[in-house]
Amino acid sequence: MRVSVEYQALAPIIILLAAGVLSVLVEAFINRTLRRPIQLMLVLASIVLAFAYVVINATADLTGDIVANGGQVKGLRQLAAGGAIAIDGPGMVIQGIILLVSLVATLLLAERQIDPQGDAFAARASTLPGSEDERQFTSQGWLQTEIWPLYLFCVGGLLLFPVANDFLTMFVALEVFSLPLYLIASMARRRRLLSQEAALKYFILGAFSSAFFLFGAALIYAATSSVNFSTVAVAMENASLDGLIIPGIGMIAVGLLFKVGAVPFHQWVPDVYQGSPTPLTAFMSAATKVAAFGALLRVFYVAFGGMRWDWRPMMWVVAVLSMVIGSLLAVTQTDMKRMLAFSSVAHTGFILLGVISTSAAGLSSTLFYLLAYGFTSVGVFAIVGLVRDASGEATHLSQWAGLGKKSPLMASIFALFLLALAGIPLTSGFTGKFAVFTAAVDGGATPLVIVAVVASAVAAFFYARVIVLMFFTEPPVDGPSVVVPSAFTTIAIGTSAAFTLLLGLAPQPVLELVINAGLFIR
Amino acid sequence: MNPNNYLILAAILFTIGVYGVLVRRNAIIVFMSVELMLNAANLAFVAAARNTGTLDGLIVAFFVMVVAAAEVVVGLAIIVTIFRTRRSASIDEASLMKY
Repeated sequence: MRVSVEYQALAPIIILLAAGVLSVLVEAFINRTLRRPIQLMLVLASIVLAFAYVVINATADLTGDIVANGGQVKGLRQLAAGGAIAIDGPGMVIQGIILLVSLVATLLLAERQIDPQGDAFAARASTLPGSEDERQFTSQGWLQTEIWPLYLFCVGGLLLFPVANDFLTMFVALEVFSLPLYLIASMARRRRLLSQEAALKYFILGAFSSAFFLFGAALIYAATSSVNFSTVAVAMENASLDGLIIPGIGMIAVGLLFKVGAVPFHQWVPDVYQGSPTPLTAFMSAATKVAAFGALLRVFYVAFGGMRWDWRPMMWVVAVLSMVIGSLLAVTQTDMKRMLAFSSVAHTGFILLGVISTSAAGLSSTLFYLLAYGFTSVGVFAIVGLVRDASGEATHLSQWAGLGKKSPLMASIFALFLLALAGIPLTSGFTGKFAVFTAAVDGGATPLVIVAVVASAVAAFFYARVIVLMFFTEPPVDGPSVVVPSAFTTIAIGTSAAFTLLLGLAPQPVLELVINAGLFIR
Repeated sequence: MNPNNYLILAAILFTIGVYGVLVRRNAIIVFMSVELMLNAANLAFVAAARNTGTLDGLIVAFFVMVVAAAEVVVGLAIIVTIFRTRRSASIDEASLMKY
């Protein structure tokens, strides 16, 4: 059999991974003082170029396809690399969201003005926290530029994850984006013990869950004699399968639900979000979640689409638990990053409503929600990184008292993000929630929507509490202040805020985009 | 010999791995248990490849070995960093963040 490689369709993934290799060479051969600007340009250029390719592929005018689809649908729609990768509408939308969010997160990772000592990462991650070495490297202004090759491989893996069309490719993509994340999570400049602990927890639980994913794939393979989603779907339609399928679906769900951070696989989320360097938290909370939901959608719509009556009850339970436990635990938190982590768990539950609908509307509303949530999430963590006192970030809630009086602009933008997370009308969060809830009602999940609305009300309480704290209390005497960032972070926050408002005020173009994306191909 | 027995053996190995991750305290042992789980999946893939007469499972097994090796590199790096900082590889002691 001759296997051809469709370079055009795979260009975004290839660009990112090639840039990652190039970036390793830069680390090896370029002078230390020049590394940072070169790496940064490489990262930004590769992400922009990859995004351009996604746009080109998504708007490609393919005569054959247009005839096949009655002239309705534009863009690539093909199986690539011998059926291992499926480039289709939803896949390209997910890739586009990942790249946009990564572009914004790159600006946060590159920020050097917030911390007087340098960027958000340890001068040398190999030095012991609190040691003489660490002090020396820090005072000499060393920067850990190795984060950039790791970051590029991570984004490359994220791009591959939602378009992988067999369990092997999906597993490899999962590890390609996870392993760099484990490492970068351990490299915070301040509070390094917390950071290392976060990395350990993330790594052990991540490896544990990916082993579940792999064993599930082995069971599916044993039952259907294929790891390819299209073939698995066909084999499942010809019933009379043995008892391997249901445990297989369950174990694959464990692996994927861990990555999206759904209850009861959410234990890592608060610890990792709190301990990681804040720019990385911003990236993880948005890009990783988007990619993991892309993969979850593809597996459960394409490979297990015929078994939806078997996996839906399980997803119902997970969605309800995520919404309820995420919202309730967020109320009890006293740390800003931890509170936002639990809010992200609750949002996972909301997005799962769209997955459960198993309809075209469910798919498109999930895509919209992911775009809206991705930008809001990056923006919210970007601002969390700005509130600092002498020892670093001030993340305890009490330290945020009266910030609205000290720096009204930042506090207002933060309030905008919180309102969007709460789902208040005229923000992107409202449009997203509305679309997902509508799809869920149409999909016969009305009880779930009722739970979701109640959970949203609980969630609105703790978002509003922060807003009240910022604007209607007196600031403490020696409280933290909002640092004025460089253009990087300003642009990142501005972009996120603009998207949050635009998707709330005029969501129509983007809604049309996600609806026109069509369905997954087999 | 019935190849299905290998699937059962793989399931038993996987369960031992899960037990190890959940019960043991030493990060290295926990990590070894994760590797045992991956290898159990490998055994299941190879047994299923023999069962079904397809090649996919064998190819997956090779990829998983490579991925597991990469995971060892990253995992040991993190565990050694923690050990150098705390002089202990117990995962129970890494508990600055709770609830």
